[in-house]
Amino acid sequence: MVDMIKMVVVLTILSSFSGGVLATLRDNTSERIENQELNLVKGPAVRQILEGASNDPVADRVKMTVGEEEKTLFIGVFDGNANTVAFETTGKGYADKFGLVVAVNTDDDTLVGIGVTTHKETPGLGAVAKDDPTWAAQFKGLPISEPVAITNDGGSVNAISGATITSRAVCDAATDALKLYSDIKPQLLEQIKAVGK
Amino acid sequence: MAKSLTQEFTKGLWAEIPPFRLVLGLCPVLGVTTTMENGIGMGLATTFVLLGSNLIVSLLRKVIPAKVRIACFIIIIATFVIAVELLMQAFAYVLFLKLGVFIPLIVVNCIVLGRAEAFASKNGVVASIADGLGIGLGFTLSLSALGAVREILGTGTFFGIELFGASFQPFTFMVQAPGAFMALGLMLCGMNLVGSK
Repeated sequence: MVDMIKMVVVLTILSSFSGGVLATLRDNTSERIENQELNLVKGPAVRQILEGASNDPVADRVKMTVGEEEKTLFIGVFDGNANTVAFETTGKGYADKFGLVVAVNTDDDTLVGIGVTTHKETPGLGAVAKDDPTWAAQFKGLPISEPVAITNDGGSVNAISGATITSRAVCDAATDALKLYSDIKPQLLEQIKAVGK
Repeated sequence: MAKSLTQEFTKGLWAEIPPFRLVLGLCPVLGVTTTMENGIGMGLATTFVLLGSNLIVSLLRKVIPAKVRIACFIIIIATFVIAVELLMQAFAYVLFLKLGVFIPLIVVNCIVLGRAEAFASKNGVVASIADGLGIGLGFTLSLSALGAVREILGTGTFFGIELFGASFQPFTFMVQAPGAFMALGLMLCGMNLVGSK
């Protein structure tokens, strides 16, 4: 009986102590973690796609609720016109889920660019989608009315050699993102108006 | 004490170097060693957990009831693993993204639990620290060596720096799963050849 009580007491004290330590640590790091994610992952991708914008798209971001999810929208101002919006979506790649930033021009509804953020694709094959800007450049100027697809599937994007699955996954994620964009465009325009002055 | 502290420390570097001599903890060994940087990062994260759990387990070895010792060890180990995960996200976010799921998997790494059960629960604090540090650094060395071999052959780079000219065609399979097994097997073979003399 004494043994029993000792076991329960030790386990309880140990668990609560470890819970307390971790909660404190989490509270102290959560802000830093969010900033890290913004600066190191989404930030560079957004800035690269929206190159030439007269504002800082990462600073001019707005949060918007889409369905149950909260999306962060990055607004780019070109020629004094806040007409470009970038946001992140996820897709299912060869190895795991990957993050994709998609930027759309709201004036003529064309793709401004895409950028892979987080991914676990094979280095040298699927990872080319992130590492080689010339591959991503193919997406520039595509109309949002048509699904984005690789040439094998009847689209206009040349697949990365040896990484058809990744290429297809990026196209699918982009297509989904564009669909989402079309759905939320009315609300989006109002949000953008607040930024572009 | 049967062995000196130096012996406790150095046994992890050669005589009991985890992946090669004990052939333990192969999941991260095969999974993350696609580059040298990943290998070092994973190794150091595991070292931190080993050191922390060895220290706490040996401090509490007289308090923890024998019947629930494994549960207690797991709580201690899991606490350190979550701590390392949060700290990596806050201070080494890019590395955290590359290592991904393998960081939480340190909890079930049998080296960590093995050292807690076989060593720290029976030995003093200082000896346990020496043991944890030695085994941890041995693990880091093995992962870096394997990472270096796979990175040089598989992508033709070392620490992300191009080693060969553009004409070099990398052995891409080296960065995939079969390459991991082959590289590990050949290194194991080499170590046994040297060790048997």
